[in-house]
Amino acid sequence: MAYKIVASQCTGCSACEPQCPNVAIFEKAGTFAIDPSKCSECTGHYDEPQCVAVCPVDGTCVIDNSVPRYQAA
Amino acid sequence: MSKLLQLHDFGAPGATSFDELRKSAASSGCSSKGGAGKTGCGSAAGPSDLPPEIWEKVKNHPCYSEQAHHHFARMHVAVAPACNIQCNYCNRKYDCANESRPGVVSEKLTPEQAARKVVAVASTIPQMTVLGIAGPGDALANPAKTFKTFELVTETAPDIKLCLSTNGLMLPDYVEQIAAMKVDHVTITINMIDPEVGAKIYPWIFYNHRRYTGVEASKILSERQLLGLEMLVARGILVKVNSVMIPGINDQHLIEVNKAVKSRGAFLHNIMPLISEAEHGTAFGLAGQRGPTAQELKTLQDACEGEMNMMRHCRQCRADAVGLLGEDRSAEFTTEKVMAMDVEYDLAARQAYQAKVEAERDAIAVAKQRELEKLEGETATIKIQVAIATKGGGVINEHFGHAHEFQIYEVSTAGAKFVGHRRVDLYCEGGYASETGIDPILQALNDCTAVLVAKIGMCPKDSLAGAGIEAVETYAFEYIEQSVIAYFKDYLERVGKSEIRHVARGDATIRQGAFTEA
Ligand code: SF4
Ligand code: SF4
Ligand code: SF4
Repeated sequence: MAYKIVASQCTGCSACEPQCPNVAIFEKAGTFAIDPSKCSECTGHYDEPQCVAVCPVDGTCVIDNSVPRYQAA
Repeated sequence: MSKLLQLHDFGAPGATSFDELRKSAASSGCSSKGGAGKTGCGSAAGPSDLPPEIWEKVKNHPCYSEQAHHHFARMHVAVAPACNIQCNYCNRKYDCANESRPGVVSEKLTPEQAARKVVAVASTIPQMTVLGIAGPGDALANPAKTFKTFELVTETAPDIKLCLSTNGLMLPDYVEQIAAMKVDHVTITINMIDPEVGAKIYPWIFYNHRRYTGVEASKILSERQLLGLEMLVARGILVKVNSVMIPGINDQHLIEVNKAVKSRGAFLHNIMPLISEAEHGTAFGLAGQRGPTAQELKTLQDACEGEMNMMRHCRQCRADAVGLLGEDRSAEFTTEKVMAMDVEYDLAARQAYQAKVEAERDAIAVAKQRELEKLEGETATIKIQVAIATKGGGVINEHFGHAHEFQIYEVSTAGAKFVGHRRVDLYCEGGYASETGIDPILQALNDCTAVLVAKIGMCPKDSLAGAGIEAVETYAFEYIEQSVIAYFKDYLERVGKSEIRHVARGDATIRQGAFTEA
Protein backbone atom coordinates (compact mmCIF):
# COMPACT_ATOMS: atom_id res chain seq x y z
CA MET A 1 0.00 0.00 0.00
CA ALA A 2 0.85 3.58 -0.32
CA TYR A 3 -0.94 6.83 0.14
CA LYS A 4 -2.52 8.70 -2.73
CA ILE A 5 -3.97 12.17 -3.12
CA VAL A 6 -7.54 12.61 -4.28
CA ALA A 7 -6.85 15.24 -6.92
CA SER A 8 -10.40 16.61 -6.98
CA GLN A 9 -10.05 17.53 -3.29
CA CYS A 10 -6.49 18.82 -3.26
CA THR A 11 -6.26 22.62 -2.97
CA GLY A 12 -2.71 22.67 -4.27
CA CYS A 13 -1.55 24.37 -1.10
CA SER A 14 1.76 22.43 -1.15
CA ALA A 15 1.81 21.91 2.62
CA CYS A 16 2.39 18.17 2.22
CA GLU A 17 5.24 18.41 -0.25
CA PRO A 18 8.10 19.45 2.07
CA GLN A 19 6.88 17.17 4.88
CA CYS A 20 7.29 13.85 3.08
CA PRO A 21 10.43 12.08 4.33
CA ASN A 22 10.76 10.21 1.02
CA VAL A 23 10.23 13.11 -1.38
CA ALA A 24 7.33 11.12 -2.84
CA ILE A 25 5.03 14.11 -3.31
CA PHE A 26 5.16 16.22 -6.45
CA GLU A 27 3.12 18.89 -8.19
CA LYS A 28 0.92 17.79 -11.03
CA ALA A 29 -1.26 20.21 -12.96
CA GLY A 30 -1.90 22.58 -10.07
CA THR A 31 -2.57 19.87 -7.50
CA PHE A 32 -0.27 17.38 -5.84
CA ALA A 33 0.28 13.66 -6.27
CA ILE A 34 2.21 10.83 -4.60
CA ASP A 35 4.65 8.51 -6.33
CA PRO A 36 3.54 5.12 -4.92
CA SER A 37 6.93 3.57 -5.48
CA LYS A 38 8.48 6.10 -3.09
CA CYS A 39 5.79 6.28 -0.40
CA SER A 40 6.65 4.28 2.72
CA GLU A 41 3.55 5.39 4.64
CA CYS A 42 6.13 7.17 6.74
CA THR A 43 7.01 3.84 8.38
CA GLY A 44 10.19 4.11 10.38
CA HIS A 45 10.13 7.90 10.16
CA TYR A 46 7.07 9.15 11.99
CA ASP A 47 4.05 7.88 13.88
CA GLU A 48 1.64 9.54 11.51
CA PRO A 49 1.69 9.77 7.74
CA GLN A 50 2.90 13.34 7.30
CA CYS A 51 0.80 14.13 4.26
CA VAL A 52 -2.37 13.14 6.13
CA ALA A 53 -1.42 15.06 9.25
CA VAL A 54 -0.69 18.35 7.49
CA CYS A 55 -3.36 18.32 4.79
CA PRO A 56 -6.10 20.89 5.50
CA VAL A 57 -8.73 18.92 3.62
CA ASP A 58 -9.71 15.74 5.45
CA GLY A 59 -10.00 12.65 3.28
CA THR A 60 -7.63 13.94 0.62
CA CYS A 61 -4.54 11.87 1.42
CA VAL A 62 -5.85 8.30 1.61
CA ILE A 63 -4.60 4.73 1.43
CA ASP A 64 -4.40 3.43 -2.11
CA ASN A 65 -5.44 -0.23 -1.94
CA SER A 66 -4.55 -0.87 -5.54
CA VAL A 67 -0.88 -0.62 -4.69
CA PRO A 68 0.91 -3.56 -3.04
CA ARG A 69 1.91 -3.20 0.57
CA TYR A 70 5.07 -1.33 1.32
CA GLN A 71 7.90 -3.88 1.71
CA ALA A 72 9.58 -2.83 4.91
CA ALA A 73 6.32 -2.57 6.82
CA MET B 1 -1.27 55.26 -14.62
CA SER B 2 -4.57 56.24 -13.08
CA LYS B 3 -2.94 56.43 -9.67
CA LEU B 4 -0.38 58.97 -10.78
CA LEU B 5 -3.07 61.15 -12.26
CA GLN B 6 -5.00 60.84 -9.07
CA LEU B 7 -2.10 62.00 -7.02
CA HIS B 8 -1.69 65.04 -9.18
CA ASP B 9 -5.41 65.59 -8.87
CA PHE B 10 -5.25 65.88 -5.17
CA GLY B 11 -2.14 67.96 -5.38
CA ALA B 12 -3.88 70.54 -7.51
CA PRO B 13 -6.75 71.69 -5.33
CA GLY B 14 -4.54 71.49 -2.27
CA ALA B 15 -1.66 73.35 -3.92
CA THR B 16 -2.50 76.88 -2.88
CA SER B 17 -3.50 76.06 0.64
CA PHE B 18 -0.49 73.79 0.88
CA ASP B 19 1.98 76.57 0.01
CA GLU B 20 0.25 79.06 2.26
CA LEU B 21 0.33 76.60 5.09
CA ARG B 22 4.00 75.94 4.63
CA LYS B 23 4.61 79.67 4.76
CA SER B 24 2.48 80.33 7.78
CA ALA B 25 3.96 77.33 9.50
CA ALA B 26 7.47 78.64 8.89
CA SER B 27 6.57 82.15 10.02
CA SER B 28 5.18 80.95 13.30
CA GLY B 29 8.45 79.22 13.97
CA CYS B 30 6.97 75.80 13.61
CA SER B 31 8.92 74.02 10.96
CA SER B 32 6.86 71.64 8.97
CA LYS B 33 9.94 69.75 8.00
CA GLY B 34 12.26 68.65 10.74
CA GLY B 35 15.19 66.33 10.49
CA ALA B 36 14.78 62.67 9.81
CA GLY B 37 11.80 61.41 11.70
CA LYS B 38 10.87 64.79 13.06
CA THR B 39 7.68 66.28 11.90
CA GLY B 40 6.47 69.81 12.22
CA CYS B 41 4.59 70.88 15.30
CA GLY B 42 5.46 67.80 17.26
CA SER B 43 2.55 65.63 18.12
CA ALA B 44 0.34 67.01 15.40
CA ALA B 45 2.22 65.19 12.70
CA GLY B 46 3.59 62.18 14.46
CA PRO B 47 1.58 60.02 16.81
CA SER B 48 2.54 61.32 20.23
CA ASP B 49 2.22 57.86 21.69
CA LEU B 50 4.98 56.29 19.64
CA PRO B 51 8.66 56.58 20.50
CA PRO B 52 10.54 58.48 17.74
CA GLU B 53 12.64 55.51 16.62
CA ILE B 54 9.51 53.44 16.07
CA TRP B 55 7.71 56.28 14.31
CA GLU B 56 10.67 56.59 11.97
CA LYS B 57 10.28 52.93 11.06
CA VAL B 58 6.56 52.95 10.54
CA LYS B 59 5.76 56.37 9.18
CA ASN B 60 5.84 55.27 5.55
CA HIS B 61 4.19 51.96 6.17
CA PRO B 62 0.58 52.01 5.00
CA CYS B 63 -0.42 49.13 7.24
CA TYR B 64 1.08 50.55 10.41
CA SER B 65 0.41 54.24 10.24
CA GLU B 66 -3.03 55.64 9.65
CA GLN B 67 -1.54 58.69 8.01
CA ALA B 68 0.83 56.75 5.81
CA HIS B 69 -1.91 54.65 4.35
CA HIS B 70 -3.22 57.71 2.55
CA HIS B 71 0.09 58.29 0.83
CA PHE B 72 2.06 55.10 0.56
CA ALA B 73 1.24 51.82 -1.06
CA ARG B 74 2.07 48.27 -0.24
CA MET B 75 1.94 45.02 -2.11
CA HIS B 76 1.62 41.42 -1.12
CA VAL B 77 2.96 38.51 -3.09
CA ALA B 78 1.56 35.02 -2.67
CA VAL B 79 4.50 32.64 -2.82
CA ALA B 80 3.86 30.27 0.03
CA PRO B 81 0.34 28.91 0.24
CA ALA B 82 1.14 26.07 2.64
CA CYS B 83 -0.06 26.31 6.21
CA ASN B 84 0.53 24.26 9.32
CA ILE B 85 -2.51 25.05 11.40
CA GLN B 86 -6.23 25.14 10.75
CA CYS B 87 -8.34 28.10 11.79
CA ASN B 88 -12.11 27.90 11.93
CA TYR B 89 -12.36 31.21 10.06
CA CYS B 90 -10.28 30.04 7.16
CA ASN B 91 -11.21 27.84 4.26
CA ARG B 92 -8.13 27.10 2.26
CA LYS B 93 -10.16 25.58 -0.48
CA TYR B 94 -10.50 29.17 -1.59
CA ASP B 95 -8.08 31.40 0.18
CA CYS B 96 -7.05 32.48 3.65
CA ALA B 97 -9.98 34.34 5.18
CA ASN B 98 -7.77 36.07 7.68
CA GLU B 99 -5.20 37.90 5.65
CA SER B 100 -6.92 37.90 2.35
CA ARG B 101 -10.23 37.93 0.65
CA PRO B 102 -12.06 34.65 0.85
CA GLY B 103 -13.44 33.17 -2.30
CA VAL B 104 -10.75 34.52 -4.53
CA VAL B 105 -7.83 32.28 -5.30
CA SER B 106 -4.70 34.37 -5.35
CA GLU B 107 -2.18 33.95 -8.06
CA LYS B 108 0.62 31.81 -6.76
CA LEU B 109 4.10 32.90 -7.78
CA THR B 110 7.57 31.44 -7.75
CA PRO B 111 10.09 33.59 -5.83
CA GLU B 112 11.57 34.71 -9.16
CA GLN B 113 8.20 35.76 -10.54
CA ALA B 114 7.38 37.48 -7.28
CA ALA B 115 10.61 39.48 -7.30
CA ARG B 116 10.00 40.60 -10.84
CA LYS B 117 6.50 41.64 -9.95
CA VAL B 118 7.77 43.72 -7.03
CA VAL B 119 10.19 45.61 -9.25
CA ALA B 120 7.51 46.14 -11.90
CA VAL B 121 5.06 47.52 -9.36
CA ALA B 122 7.65 49.71 -7.64
CA SER B 123 8.65 51.20 -10.98
CA THR B 124 5.03 51.99 -11.84
CA ILE B 125 3.87 53.11 -8.40
CA PRO B 126 6.57 55.24 -6.76
CA GLN B 127 4.67 55.36 -3.45
CA MET B 128 5.00 51.58 -3.09
CA THR B 129 7.21 51.24 -0.03
CA VAL B 130 6.35 47.90 1.51
CA LEU B 131 6.43 44.31 0.36
CA GLY B 132 4.59 41.82 2.51
CA ILE B 133 4.29 38.08 2.39
CA ALA B 134 1.05 37.31 4.12
CA GLY B 135 -0.31 34.09 2.82
CA PRO B 136 -2.58 32.56 1.79
CA GLY B 137 -1.22 30.10 4.27
CA ASP B 138 1.69 30.81 6.55
CA ALA B 139 4.86 32.56 5.40
CA LEU B 140 6.90 30.28 7.67
CA ALA B 141 5.26 26.99 6.72
CA ASN B 142 7.28 27.21 3.53
CA PRO B 143 10.19 29.38 4.67
CA ALA B 144 12.47 28.65 1.72
CA LYS B 145 10.13 30.40 -0.72
CA THR B 146 9.51 33.35 1.56
CA PHE B 147 13.18 34.03 2.24
CA LYS B 148 14.22 33.48 -1.35
CA THR B 149 11.72 36.12 -2.45
CA PHE B 150 13.03 38.60 0.11
CA GLU B 151 16.59 37.94 -0.96
CA LEU B 152 15.85 38.57 -4.64
CA VAL B 153 13.93 41.76 -3.89
CA THR B 154 16.67 43.15 -1.67
CA GLU B 155 19.15 42.75 -4.53
CA THR B 156 17.22 44.91 -7.01
CA ALA B 157 15.09 47.14 -4.82
CA PRO B 158 16.98 47.81 -1.61
CA ASP B 159 14.71 50.63 -0.48
CA ILE B 160 11.64 48.46 -0.13
CA LYS B 161 10.72 47.47 3.38
CA LEU B 162 10.01 43.82 3.96
CA CYS B 163 7.39 42.38 6.21
CA LEU B 164 5.83 39.03 6.78
CA SER B 165 2.76 37.68 8.49
CA THR B 166 2.70 34.43 10.36
CA ASN B 167 0.55 32.39 12.68
CA GLY B 168 3.65 32.14 14.86
CA LEU B 169 3.87 28.37 15.16
CA MET B 170 7.27 28.14 13.49
CA LEU B 171 8.38 31.65 14.38
CA PRO B 172 10.94 30.85 17.12
CA ASP B 173 12.87 28.68 14.63
CA TYR B 174 13.21 31.49 12.09
CA VAL B 175 13.81 34.62 14.14
CA GLU B 176 17.53 34.54 13.34
CA GLN B 177 16.87 34.32 9.63
CA ILE B 178 14.24 37.06 9.79
CA ALA B 179 16.74 39.34 11.51
CA ALA B 180 19.47 38.45 9.01
CA MET B 181 17.18 39.32 6.09
CA LYS B 182 16.53 42.74 7.63
CA VAL B 183 12.81 42.15 7.76
CA ASP B 184 11.70 45.10 9.83
CA HIS B 185 8.10 44.24 10.58
CA VAL B 186 6.47 40.98 11.48
CA THR B 187 2.76 40.46 12.02
CA ILE B 188 1.69 37.59 14.25
CA THR B 189 -1.94 36.57 14.31
CA ILE B 190 -2.75 35.93 17.98
CA ASN B 191 -6.37 35.22 18.77
CA MET B 192 -5.97 33.84 22.27
CA ILE B 193 -3.58 33.19 25.13
CA ASP B 194 -5.95 30.77 26.86
CA PRO B 195 -5.85 27.32 25.21
CA GLU B 196 -9.47 26.71 26.25
CA VAL B 197 -10.48 29.66 24.07
CA GLY B 198 -8.03 28.52 21.40
CA ALA B 199 -9.66 25.11 21.17
CA LYS B 200 -12.78 26.83 19.87
CA ILE B 201 -10.78 28.61 17.16
CA TYR B 202 -8.18 26.05 16.07
CA PRO B 203 -9.26 22.46 15.39
CA TRP B 204 -5.66 21.33 14.90
CA ILE B 205 -2.03 22.25 14.37
CA PHE B 206 0.79 20.31 12.67
CA TYR B 207 3.91 20.47 14.77
CA ASN B 208 6.92 18.20 15.31
CA HIS B 209 5.70 15.80 12.66
CA ARG B 210 2.31 15.20 14.13
CA ARG B 211 -1.15 16.61 14.29
CA TYR B 212 -2.24 17.99 17.64
CA THR B 213 -5.87 18.78 18.41
CA GLY B 214 -7.95 20.47 21.08
CA VAL B 215 -6.53 22.31 24.05
CA GLU B 216 -3.14 20.66 23.60
CA ALA B 217 -2.83 22.15 20.11
CA SER B 218 -3.71 25.66 21.26
CA LYS B 219 -1.36 25.43 24.20
CA ILE B 220 1.59 24.71 21.91
CA LEU B 221 0.51 27.38 19.46
CA SER B 222 0.13 30.05 22.13
CA GLU B 223 3.49 29.26 23.74
CA ARG B 224 5.25 29.41 20.37
CA GLN B 225 3.52 32.66 19.41
CA LEU B 226 4.48 34.45 22.61
CA LEU B 227 8.03 33.09 22.53
CA GLY B 228 8.41 34.24 18.92
CA LEU B 229 7.09 37.68 19.84
CA GLU B 230 9.59 38.03 22.68
CA MET B 231 12.48 36.88 20.50
CA LEU B 232 11.65 39.37 17.74
CA VAL B 233 11.29 42.25 20.18
CA ALA B 234 14.64 41.33 21.74
CA ARG B 235 16.22 41.80 18.29
CA GLY B 236 14.57 45.15 17.71
CA ILE B 237 12.16 43.91 15.06
CA LEU B 238 8.76 45.59 15.13
CA VAL B 239 5.91 43.27 15.87
CA LYS B 240 2.28 43.94 15.11
CA VAL B 241 -0.33 41.58 16.46
CA ASN B 242 -3.45 40.81 14.48
CA SER B 243 -6.49 39.38 16.24
CA VAL B 244 -9.75 38.30 14.75
CA MET B 245 -12.69 39.36 16.91
CA ILE B 246 -15.12 36.45 17.20
CA PRO B 247 -18.20 37.44 19.22
CA GLY B 248 -18.98 35.00 22.02
CA ILE B 249 -15.63 33.21 21.63
CA ASN B 250 -12.73 35.58 22.11
CA ASP B 251 -14.25 39.08 22.20
CA GLN B 252 -13.80 39.65 25.94
CA HIS B 253 -10.65 37.56 26.02
CA LEU B 254 -8.94 39.86 23.51
CA ILE B 255 -8.50 42.42 26.29
CA GLU B 256 -6.28 39.83 28.04
CA VAL B 257 -4.50 39.13 24.75
CA ASN B 258 -3.93 42.85 24.35
CA LYS B 259 -2.27 43.07 27.78
CA ALA B 260 -0.16 39.99 27.15
CA VAL B 261 1.20 41.15 23.81
CA LYS B 262 1.76 44.69 24.97
CA SER B 263 3.77 43.54 27.98
CA ARG B 264 5.94 41.50 25.62
CA GLY B 265 6.68 44.50 23.43
CA ALA B 266 4.29 44.36 20.47
CA PHE B 267 3.95 47.91 19.21
CA LEU B 268 0.58 47.74 17.52
CA HIS B 269 -2.55 45.66 17.95
CA ASN B 270 -4.95 45.24 15.07
CA ILE B 271 -8.30 43.79 16.05
CA MET B 272 -10.17 42.78 12.92
CA PRO B 273 -13.77 41.73 12.58
CA LEU B 274 -14.45 38.08 11.77
CA ILE B 275 -15.51 37.53 8.18
CA SER B 276 -17.87 34.59 8.27
CA GLU B 277 -20.39 34.48 5.49
CA ALA B 278 -21.70 30.96 5.01
CA GLU B 279 -20.78 30.98 1.33
CA HIS B 280 -17.08 31.19 2.18
CA GLY B 281 -17.41 27.67 3.52
CA THR B 282 -15.38 28.23 6.67
CA ALA B 283 -16.20 26.25 9.80
CA PHE B 284 -17.44 29.42 11.47
CA GLY B 285 -19.38 30.45 8.40
CA LEU B 286 -21.15 27.10 8.19
CA ALA B 287 -21.89 27.09 11.92
CA GLY B 288 -23.57 30.48 11.67
CA GLN B 289 -20.96 32.23 13.83
CA ARG B 290 -21.58 35.95 13.32
CA GLY B 291 -19.06 38.74 13.03
CA PRO B 292 -19.12 41.85 15.24
CA THR B 293 -21.09 45.01 14.49
CA ALA B 294 -19.24 48.26 13.92
CA GLN B 295 -19.85 49.53 17.42
CA GLU B 296 -18.94 46.19 19.06
CA LEU B 297 -15.63 46.32 17.23
CA LYS B 298 -15.05 49.95 18.15
CA THR B 299 -15.95 49.36 21.80
CA LEU B 300 -13.40 46.56 22.04
CA GLN B 301 -10.75 48.63 20.26
CA ASP B 302 -11.48 51.55 22.59
CA ALA B 303 -11.21 49.25 25.63
CA CYS B 304 -7.77 48.14 24.49
CA GLU B 305 -6.60 51.57 23.50
CA GLY B 306 -5.49 52.62 26.96
CA GLU B 307 -3.13 49.69 26.82
CA MET B 308 -1.43 50.34 23.51
CA ASN B 309 -1.78 51.60 19.99
CA MET B 310 -4.72 50.25 18.13
CA MET B 311 -4.77 49.88 14.42
CA ARG B 312 -8.12 50.65 12.89
CA HIS B 313 -7.50 51.03 9.20
CA CYS B 314 -6.79 47.42 8.27
CA ARG B 315 -8.76 46.35 5.25
CA GLN B 316 -7.96 42.65 5.52
CA CYS B 317 -6.58 42.84 2.03
CA ARG B 318 -6.12 39.77 -0.07
CA ALA B 319 -2.75 38.06 -0.21
CA ASP B 320 -1.82 39.50 -3.58
CA ALA B 321 -3.11 43.03 -3.08
CA VAL B 322 -1.28 45.86 -4.81
CA GLY B 323 -1.62 49.59 -4.21
CA LEU B 324 -2.91 51.94 -1.60
CA LEU B 325 -5.10 50.44 1.10
CA GLY B 326 -8.69 50.31 -0.02
CA GLU B 327 -7.60 50.21 -3.61
CA ASP B 328 -6.59 47.09 -5.41
CA ARG B 329 -4.52 47.33 -8.54
CA SER B 330 -3.49 43.69 -8.63
CA ALA B 331 -5.28 43.18 -11.94
CA GLU B 332 -2.71 45.43 -13.61
CA PHE B 333 0.10 43.20 -12.44
CA THR B 334 -0.79 39.65 -13.34
CA THR B 335 2.15 37.36 -14.01
CA GLU B 336 1.51 37.58 -17.71
CA LYS B 337 1.54 41.38 -17.75
CA VAL B 338 4.53 41.63 -15.43
CA MET B 339 6.59 39.28 -17.56
CA ALA B 340 5.83 41.41 -20.64
CA MET B 341 6.64 44.71 -18.89
CA ASP B 342 9.76 46.72 -19.50
CA VAL B 343 10.93 47.61 -16.05
CA GLU B 344 13.63 49.92 -14.95
CA TYR B 345 14.23 50.51 -11.28
CA ASP B 346 14.74 54.22 -10.70
CA LEU B 347 15.61 54.63 -7.04
CA ALA B 348 16.25 58.40 -7.25
CA ALA B 349 12.87 59.11 -8.83
CA ARG B 350 11.14 57.05 -6.17
CA GLN B 351 12.89 58.92 -3.40
CA ALA B 352 12.11 62.33 -4.90
CA TYR B 353 8.48 61.38 -5.19
CA GLN B 354 8.32 60.15 -1.62
CA ALA B 355 9.89 63.35 -0.34
CA LYS B 356 7.14 65.33 -2.03
CA VAL B 357 4.49 63.19 -0.42
CA GLU B 358 6.16 63.67 2.92
CA ALA B 359 5.96 67.44 2.57
CA GLU B 360 2.27 67.20 1.78
CA ARG B 361 1.72 65.11 4.90
CA ASP B 362 3.41 67.68 7.05
CA ALA B 363 1.15 70.37 5.62
CA ILE B 364 -1.90 68.28 6.47
CA ALA B 365 -0.73 67.96 10.04
CA VAL B 366 -0.15 71.68 10.37
CA ALA B 367 -3.61 72.43 8.94
CA LYS B 368 -5.19 70.08 11.46
CA GLN B 369 -3.34 71.71 14.32
CA ARG B 370 -4.51 75.20 13.28
CA GLU B 371 -8.11 74.09 13.06
CA LEU B 372 -7.86 72.41 16.43
CA GLU B 373 -6.67 75.62 18.03
CA LYS B 374 -9.98 77.20 17.03
CA LEU B 375 -11.74 74.73 19.30
CA GLU B 376 -9.90 75.97 22.35
CA GLY B 377 -12.21 77.00 25.13
CA GLU B 378 -15.03 74.79 23.86
CA THR B 379 -16.40 72.73 26.70
CA ALA B 380 -19.14 70.69 25.00
CA THR B 381 -19.04 67.01 25.88
CA ILE B 382 -20.61 66.05 22.57
CA LYS B 383 -18.83 63.39 20.54
CA ILE B 384 -19.90 62.55 17.00
CA GLN B 385 -18.77 60.35 14.16
CA VAL B 386 -18.29 61.72 10.69
CA ALA B 387 -17.87 59.69 7.50
CA ILE B 388 -15.52 60.81 4.72
CA ALA B 389 -15.50 60.03 1.01
CA THR B 390 -11.88 59.98 -0.10
CA LYS B 391 -9.64 58.27 -2.61
CA GLY B 392 -6.56 59.00 -0.56
CA GLY B 393 -4.08 61.80 -0.10
CA GLY B 394 -5.71 62.90 3.14
CA VAL B 395 -8.23 64.94 1.13
CA ILE B 396 -12.04 64.78 0.76
CA ASN B 397 -11.96 64.07 -2.95
CA GLU B 398 -14.51 61.38 -3.71
CA HIS B 399 -18.03 61.66 -5.11
CA PHE B 400 -20.56 60.01 -2.78
CA GLY B 401 -21.78 57.74 -5.54
CA HIS B 402 -18.28 56.59 -6.46
CA ALA B 403 -17.15 55.70 -2.96
CA HIS B 404 -16.17 52.08 -2.34
CA GLU B 405 -15.67 52.87 1.31
CA PHE B 406 -16.05 55.66 3.81
CA GLN B 407 -13.52 56.55 6.45
CA ILE B 408 -14.94 57.18 9.88
CA TYR B 409 -13.62 59.84 12.23
CA GLU B 410 -14.73 60.41 15.78
CA VAL B 411 -14.58 64.07 16.76
CA SER B 412 -14.93 65.91 20.05
CA THR B 413 -13.36 69.02 21.52
CA ALA B 414 -10.26 66.85 22.01
CA GLY B 415 -9.84 66.59 18.23
CA ALA B 416 -10.50 64.23 15.37
CA LYS B 417 -9.57 60.58 15.55
CA PHE B 418 -9.68 58.00 12.81
CA VAL B 419 -11.75 55.08 14.09
CA GLY B 420 -12.29 52.87 11.08
CA HIS B 421 -13.58 52.45 7.60
CA ARG B 422 -16.77 51.05 6.14
CA ARG B 423 -16.83 49.33 2.83
CA VAL B 424 -19.91 49.77 0.74
CA ASP B 425 -21.07 48.57 -2.61
CA LEU B 426 -21.05 51.28 -5.20
CA TYR B 427 -24.18 53.34 -4.94
CA CYS B 428 -23.98 54.70 -8.42
CA GLU B 429 -22.53 52.58 -11.16
CA GLY B 430 -22.05 54.33 -14.47
CA GLY B 431 -24.39 57.14 -13.54
CA TYR B 432 -27.26 54.91 -12.43
CA ALA B 433 -28.15 54.25 -8.85
CA SER B 434 -27.55 50.58 -8.06
CA GLU B 435 -30.36 48.09 -7.69
CA THR B 436 -29.80 47.47 -4.01
CA GLY B 437 -30.25 51.22 -3.54
CA ILE B 438 -28.94 53.29 -0.74
CA ASP B 439 -30.09 51.18 2.20
CA PRO B 440 -26.86 49.23 2.75
CA ILE B 441 -24.95 52.53 2.77
CA LEU B 442 -27.35 53.99 5.31
CA GLN B 443 -26.76 50.93 7.48
CA ALA B 444 -23.00 51.21 7.13
CA LEU B 445 -23.07 54.90 8.13
CA ASN B 446 -25.85 54.65 10.69
CA ASP B 447 -23.56 55.64 13.57
CA CYS B 448 -22.44 58.83 11.80
CA THR B 449 -23.87 62.33 12.11
CA ALA B 450 -22.60 63.53 8.76
CA VAL B 451 -20.81 62.42 5.62
CA LEU B 452 -18.34 64.82 4.01
CA VAL B 453 -18.04 64.37 0.26
CA ALA B 454 -16.60 66.06 -2.81
CA LYS B 455 -20.02 65.92 -4.43
CA ILE B 456 -23.41 64.27 -3.96
CA GLY B 457 -26.68 64.13 -5.91
CA MET B 458 -30.02 65.37 -4.58
CA CYS B 459 -31.57 61.92 -4.25
CA PRO B 460 -28.98 60.28 -1.99
CA LYS B 461 -28.70 63.54 -0.08
CA ASP B 462 -32.40 63.39 0.76
CA SER B 463 -32.22 59.71 1.70
CA LEU B 464 -29.31 60.44 4.03
CA ALA B 465 -31.20 63.37 5.55
CA GLY B 466 -34.17 61.06 6.08
CA ALA B 467 -31.91 58.76 8.08
CA GLY B 468 -30.60 61.71 10.09
CA ILE B 469 -27.24 61.90 8.34
CA GLU B 470 -26.18 65.26 6.98
CA ALA B 471 -24.41 65.21 3.59
CA VAL B 472 -21.87 68.03 3.36
CA GLU B 473 -20.13 69.29 0.22
CA THR B 474 -18.67 72.43 1.82
CA TYR B 475 -15.30 70.81 2.43
CA ALA B 476 -14.77 69.36 -1.03
CA PHE B 477 -11.05 68.92 -1.81
CA GLU B 478 -10.01 70.11 1.65
CA TYR B 479 -7.84 68.12 4.05
CA ILE B 480 -9.83 65.52 5.97
CA GLU B 481 -8.92 66.09 9.60
CA GLN B 482 -9.00 69.85 9.33
CA SER B 483 -12.46 69.61 7.75
CA VAL B 484 -13.79 67.17 10.32
CA ILE B 485 -12.83 69.58 13.09
CA ALA B 486 -14.25 72.56 11.19
CA TYR B 487 -17.51 70.69 10.65
CA PHE B 488 -17.66 69.82 14.32
CA LYS B 489 -17.14 73.44 15.32
CA ASP B 490 -19.97 74.46 13.01
CA TYR B 491 -22.11 71.65 14.41
CA LEU B 492 -21.55 72.81 17.97
CA GLU B 493 -22.48 76.35 16.98
CA ARG B 494 -25.70 75.23 15.37
CA VAL B 495 -26.56 73.11 18.40
CA GLY B 496 -25.77 76.13 20.58
CA LYS B 497 -28.12 78.31 18.56
CA SER B 498 -30.75 75.55 18.67
CA GLU B 499 -30.75 75.35 14.87
CA ILE B 500 -30.27 71.62 15.18
CA ARG B 501 -30.66 69.18 18.03
CA HIS B 502 -27.84 66.83 18.91
CA VAL B 503 -28.98 63.22 18.90
CA ALA B 504 -26.93 60.17 19.74
CA ARG B 505 -26.57 57.83 16.76
CA GLY B 506 -27.07 54.06 16.80
CA ASP B 507 -24.93 51.17 15.64
CA ALA B 508 -23.81 50.36 12.12
CA THR B 509 -23.19 47.17 10.18
CA ILE B 510 -19.82 46.07 8.88
CA ARG B 511 -20.15 44.88 5.34
CA GLN B 512 -19.28 41.23 5.13
CA GLY B 513 -16.79 39.99 2.63
CA ALA B 514 -13.60 41.67 1.72
CA PHE B 515 -12.97 44.79 -0.25
CA THR B 516 -13.67 44.39 -3.92
CA GLU B 517 -12.95 47.00 -6.51
CA ALA B 518 -16.35 47.53 -8.18
S1 SF4 C 1 2.56 8.72 3.78
FE1 SF4 C 1 4.53 9.64 4.29
S2 SF4 C 1 5.90 8.72 2.77
FE2 SF4 C 1 3.83 8.47 1.96
S3 SF4 C 1 3.50 10.23 0.70
FE3 SF4 C 1 2.67 10.70 2.72
S4 SF4 C 1 4.33 11.76 3.70
FE4 SF4 C 1 5.25 10.73 1.96
S1 SF4 D 1 -1.63 19.26 1.78
FE1 SF4 D 1 -3.49 18.37 0.93
S2 SF4 D 1 -4.47 20.05 -0.14
FE2 SF4 D 1 -2.36 20.71 0.25
S3 SF4 D 1 -1.26 20.12 -1.62
FE3 SF4 D 1 -1.06 18.41 -0.20
S4 SF4 D 1 -2.77 17.05 -0.70
FE4 SF4 D 1 -3.20 19.01 -1.65
S1 SF4 E 1 -4.23 42.91 5.43
FE1 SF4 E 1 -4.00 44.91 4.46
S2 SF4 E 1 -4.25 46.43 6.03
FE2 SF4 E 1 -4.01 44.43 7.02
S3 SF4 E 1 -1.86 44.33 7.45
FE3 SF4 E 1 -2.10 43.44 5.46
S4 SF4 E 1 -1.89 45.07 3.97
FE4 SF4 E 1 -2.10 45.98 5.97
